[in-house]
Amino acid sequence: MIRLEDLTKIFQTPSGDITAADRINMDVPEGNICVLLGPSGCGKTTTMKMVNRLIEPTSGKIFIGGEDVTSKDPISLRRSIGYVIQQIGLFPNQTIEDNICAVPDLLGWDRKKSRTRAGELLEMVALDPATFLGRFPKELSGGQQQRVGVIRALAADPPVMLMDEPFGAIDPINREVIQDEFLRMQKEIKKTIMFVSHDIDEAVKMADKIAIFDAGQLIQYDSPDDLLAHPKNSFIADFVGGDRTLKRLRLIRVEDAMTKDPPRVTADDTLDKAVNLMEEHGHISIVMVGPKGRARGVVYLSDARGKKGKVGDSHDKLPVSVHVGEDLRTAVSSMFMHDEASLACVDSDGIYKGYVTQRGITHLLGATYRDQ
Amino acid sequence: METISFIIGNFGYIVELTVQHIAIVSVAVGLAIITGVPIGIAITQNQRAADIVLYTAAIIITIPSIALFGIMIPILSTIGQGIGYLPAVIAILLYSQLPIIRNTYTAIANVDPALREAARGMGMTSFQRLRKVEIPLAVPVIMAGVRTAVVMNIGVAAIAAYIGAGGLGTLISRGISQTDPRQLIAGALAVSILAITADFSLLWLQKRFTPRGLQSSKA
Amino acid sequence: MDNDIINADYTAGGKRLNPLRSGIDRLAGAIRLTDALQSNALASTARMIVLGLAFLAGVLAWSSGILPEILSLKDDVLYLLNQHLFMVAVSGGLALLVGLPLGILLSRPYMLKYAEALMQILNVGTTVPTLAILALSMSVLGIGTVPAIFGLFVATLLPIVRNAYAGCQAVAPHLIESATGMGMTPGQILRRVEIPNALFVMFAGIRTAFAINVGTVPLAFLIGAGGLGELIFQGIALNNFGMMLAGALPVALLAVLVDFVLSQAQFWLVPKGVNPLR
Repeated sequence: MIRLEDLTKIFQTPSGDITAADRINMDVPEGNICVLLGPSGCGKTTTMKMVNRLIEPTSGKIFIGGEDVTSKDPISLRRSIGYVIQQIGLFPNQTIEDNICAVPDLLGWDRKKSRTRAGELLEMVALDPATFLGRFPKELSGGQQQRVGVIRALAADPPVMLMDEPFGAIDPINREVIQDEFLRMQKEIKKTIMFVSHDIDEAVKMADKIAIFDAGQLIQYDSPDDLLAHPKNSFIADFVGGDRTLKRLRLIRVEDAMTKDPPRVTADDTLDKAVNLMEEHGHISIVMVGPKGRARGVVYLSDARGKKGKVGDSHDKLPVSVHVGEDLRTAVSSMFMHDEASLACVDSDGIYKGYVTQRGITHLLGATYRDQ
Repeated sequence: METISFIIGNFGYIVELTVQHIAIVSVAVGLAIITGVPIGIAITQNQRAADIVLYTAAIIITIPSIALFGIMIPILSTIGQGIGYLPAVIAILLYSQLPIIRNTYTAIANVDPALREAARGMGMTSFQRLRKVEIPLAVPVIMAGVRTAVVMNIGVAAIAAYIGAGGLGTLISRGISQTDPRQLIAGALAVSILAITADFSLLWLQKRFTPRGLQSSKA
Repeated sequence: MDNDIINADYTAGGKRLNPLRSGIDRLAGAIRLTDALQSNALASTARMIVLGLAFLAGVLAWSSGILPEILSLKDDVLYLLNQHLFMVAVSGGLALLVGLPLGILLSRPYMLKYAEALMQILNVGTTVPTLAILALSMSVLGIGTVPAIFGLFVATLLPIVRNAYAGCQAVAPHLIESATGMGMTPGQILRRVEIPNALFVMFAGIRTAFAINVGTVPLAFLIGAGGLGELIFQGIALNNFGMMLAGALPVALLAVLVDFVLSQAQFWLVPKGVNPLR
């Protein structure tokens, strides 16, 4: 959707030329969030601002949806691209309604329609239109202003959005909330987004693809997992951090890591059967399920061996379980917290779906390194 | 050319008028400091009083000086002082109130509450707080108000020549009535230079009065 | 440049302003502050005080026989008032027409080099007493209405240019970036973003300028342009209190009225989101 070809920017300064972006080549697929990441002065912002021509490229080409926009009229180009900046830049002289409708108004859209849409957009970010449409930016909190900043960029429904550290000025707790909210929204709207950040955790969380810049050059452009697993050089390895493998835990959902259709017992089964099943699979515990398949308890091999009777009479309480939709970081954290080597995975109804083990996770994360 | 020779020829006289001019302004602004600063401090205690005082002072400052003279002369003539030095000083005194009261008020009211808290915490009485913390911090701001008052009132004092108060306005008024461009230009230049000089020297003074710890590094 | 602590007086009106300022500019700050104080209760209290004073003055004037004297000058007052208002309107109007565009023009990035230097000159210019400006105007252009209006125009122009410039300069760069990024043309940015956000500061300059203008118009009589100053100066020369007051009272009222009208305009015309008074 967004394709950069040999995009280059050279700034002429009194102390000589500075190459801010050096022959950048990248392709952001439609519907992806691509995070441009790197230390300050690395060229990520320059690269992004060349896309809507806030900075004119020195050479190279930019294609949006196949169209070469390098020679397009910058004004109409910008109207077709959503733009969000860190300082938000809501116009203090205009109401929230007029702010949201800024681009539709520039495009000469029907005022009534765009006003209706402004209300709908506010609802998308959980702000009550009746309360907020008539307010002025100074009457909103920082987090509310940032939400309005994002939906203002969405107002004219542009296929492409550029976001320059959009959540950078928000306190850490609210930032998480807004990021989650934005990701939920993105699932519906599926915009192609170029997102500048200097925060690796934010990048890993938000990105479908990450582009890491240094000194004006695009060093590595990969999916977050590949980037964390296979940093191309020591600069990237340092930048993503020594705990980069732990960061990958965030990228993998329990569902994708768990062993599916695990052995299980019911309350009516004998302990013998439970022991046999465990030994057959090499497990040290087995989950007991209820009549509908809900995880109800656990039987440990050490307790059951040599005992007679029903599982229902001598099982233990299930210490903890994890939802299949969570990421592995949450699962691992639960295991550590409860000193468990494995964790039962359940869906929203509590149905037992599978299990993850510490060994299994280690194995999974390590797989990508063994392949080499 | 003629103007220059006029200035050289009447240099002593011009200096004399300048001194008169400065005297009127300094006496009046001096009195304004004595009255305005306490008022400015006092009204920090009561928002409503502050509103009324500042509002009144702002109305006074909008009244054109020659109109103020025109209103004051009939009143002051009841005590035989209708024209001359006194109405000029009173007018300048009144005009100076707004910048001085306002700046004092703003400066004291804007003292960082944390400083006030710290001073209270170490056991200062409210008078000690005023003397050791609030006023020292306010002095540069008050000085800025004084500077405003002085520069503005050098112009007012020039007009006061028409009510017989003397000063450099005398040259301008004579220059106009005698259609003598030499006096006219000499007077206009002298009073302008006086205002500009006062502005710069009071700015310098204002910086001197700013405690070292408050001076911005670029200054 | 002033120290930051000195600038504290500037924040009184609720908004921090440009670093370019000297005496008269502070006066603008003062006028701005009074706006902040215009709560309804206060305004009515102040109005009561003014009415009370006016009533007292009226009683005093009638008992001393001055009021009939003033009333006998009614025709002169009206004629001179006409001249007076003409000078205010022409010089003030011209100053607005020239000053606002000039200030905005100076705030354009490509003018920056010249703008700062020019502002320094304007700062010095605003300290020059208005009587001196009129006198210098007369020494160049002679006597009459034209030199008077020219002098008034110059005195009025300076604060307007300065505040229009400072107001535009003070518009946050990220607002401009936002506006550019969403595809506004430079003209749209100026109209929809820069001017509305600079308007409050611009208005402060306009109020200062008109306070100076209205205060200086009475002096125009001195260089042969008539106006209500004629009654005041003649009254002083003839020691005629009635004549003095017949000039001074309307001049004073006009000054208060003009400032009131402009303060209302400022209150209502500056968008709510950027108006510290609302």
